[in-house]
Amino acid sequence: MNELEATLRPKETDQPPYPPKRVVLANGESMIVRQATRDEVPKLLETLEPLIWVERDYYDIVGVRAFAELLGWKRYRVKDEYCLVGVMDGMLVGLVNGRSLSKNIGISLHTLALRRGLRIGAHLFAAKMEHHIEYLNQKEVYVVAESPIGFRRWMIEYSLEERPHVAHELGGVMSYALTRPLYFASKDRLVVGERPVSEEMLASTEDFEIPDPELLVTQVSGKAK
Amino acid sequence: MRDVAIIAAGQTKFARTEWPLIDLLVEGARTAYADNRIDESLIEAVLVANMGAGMLNHQSGVASAVVDGLGLMPAHAELIENGPASGASAVKLAFLGIASGYYDVVMVVGGEKMRAVTGWESTDFVATLTHPFAEYVYGVTLPSMAALFARLYMDKYGITSEHLAMVAIKNHDNGMLNPEAHVQQPITMDGILHRPEAVVNNPIVAEPLRLFDCCPVSDGSAGIILCAAERAKEFTDKPVIIAGVGQATDTLVVHEREDPTDLKAVTLASEQAFKMAGATPADVDVAALHDAFTILEIAESEHAGLFPKGEGHKALERGDTRIGGKMPINPSGGLKARGHPVGATGIAQLVELTKQLRGDAGERQIKNAKTAYACNFGGFGNNVLAFVLKKGQ
Repeated sequence: MNELEATLRPKETDQPPYPPKRVVLANGESMIVRQATRDEVPKLLETLEPLIWVERDYYDIVGVRAFAELLGWKRYRVKDEYCLVGVMDGMLVGLVNGRSLSKNIGISLHTLALRRGLRIGAHLFAAKMEHHIEYLNQKEVYVVAESPIGFRRWMIEYSLEERPHVAHELGGVMSYALTRPLYFASKDRLVVGERPVSEEMLASTEDFEIPDPELLVTQVSGKAK
Repeated sequence: MRDVAIIAAGQTKFARTEWPLIDLLVEGARTAYADNRIDESLIEAVLVANMGAGMLNHQSGVASAVVDGLGLMPAHAELIENGPASGASAVKLAFLGIASGYYDVVMVVGGEKMRAVTGWESTDFVATLTHPFAEYVYGVTLPSMAALFARLYMDKYGITSEHLAMVAIKNHDNGMLNPEAHVQQPITMDGILHRPEAVVNNPIVAEPLRLFDCCPVSDGSAGIILCAAERAKEFTDKPVIIAGVGQATDTLVVHEREDPTDLKAVTLASEQAFKMAGATPADVDVAALHDAFTILEIAESEHAGLFPKGEGHKALERGDTRIGGKMPINPSGGLKARGHPVGATGIAQLVELTKQLRGDAGERQIKNAKTAYACNFGGFGNNVLAFVLKKGQ
């Protein structure tokens, strides 16, 4: 690495990993939630690419921003970012990402369900909050919403506190915070899953497949024609 | 009165659509055409069922726009709004028009574009069918009204959350067999009720009703073409006869009823329809009930006389209401899985039953179905229509 590149790269902080968990969904199938590796980012980008044109439920803005964030992580331009993926039967069904602003403050970035109707987004957002509060041991997580669904899920279901003085890096709307007391008050009804995950189940997520782009767009847009 | 037959029936896929309301309704009518191409010049009237065009889509003059979209001028055109029973009301009026001899051939199309607004707004829209001063102003919504009803009904008859979940699971399974169903997702008792994850998978909407106890908010439309039975053979070898039609009303305010768990209008409308058809509930081979909430499928099955009072949940336990059971209910997936674009629902019920009686229902076909029953439940049971259909000779 040359000197200029070293200057451009943020210095990463050692952070505890997210321990994988198994979540049984409404259809009885298991989703494994685990931390993605930097090497997996190209597959994630390939997954996100067709979504950047889907206006429905703001998949476009969420998709394109997540694409940029993950690319930034892969190319060493974002500090302390992580990504969690949801994998069902070897297929990628959702992803969330975030990063640490400091030792005590987490930043929630984006949540994308790639398969709908099973509350995958709700489970993955909960996993993200679990990571910040329980494993990164942070005091609070800053959150903004870009879609009405996101607003309902995060701000209302978790009773997030307003943080008008915080300029969240995703934009100028009101920032909200999930505090430790709020997280633990909501945990029983919003954060679920079993640990440990068997080696066999975890292995099934290692080389996960990504959804067919056309099928993915149909699934998330829910269009009849 | 003359006998009346259904000679064509179809529906769009219920889902979220980008089509404007009028296009959606025209497409619903075209699905009936696609089912059985009728000479357009024979259609004398188009009755359009819709509840929310004004509130949801900023559209009025809907029937005129649909008849123009179909190019059926100078056919008569009327809009029928009767809340969630709009579809069945439109069919009843078409039936009367033909039975009286005023018309020979009538198209009925119903539809709704509910996903044009947010979920909060569509919930509020449906809530406007409650009493404005005795219910609505207190924050009543249809899910909360159904939850109050469910709690009373469950306590009275020993119904559990498992029974409600059985309705949802069955109808989701049936929806998997229906390519036009909005929800194409099987669910399991473990996943929606018994596992710890169920608190997230299937959260409470209005206690005791959970997410999977409620129908989705859908866009969609459905159409049927009716004609005088004496002419039906001109158009099809497989006519379906509307043998009985019933309707009854009840108090708008639910708490003014002597017993809020007694769905009197369902009982009275059903009795009228069965009497007119010369049939009894025991003759029914397949039923389409208005399961906007899982509890309603159980309660309506009892009030229609398909099962004794307090026995509907036991029939569920035995599997009687499944495809292949003794009294299959909602093989289409019902409102729960097929979807509930309110203006379309009463017509979509008859579309499904027509397919069943013709033997055209594919994987979800009920064997040897000859008599069918439908209940379209308006308001919270304050305006109910019932139909008995018979396979034509």
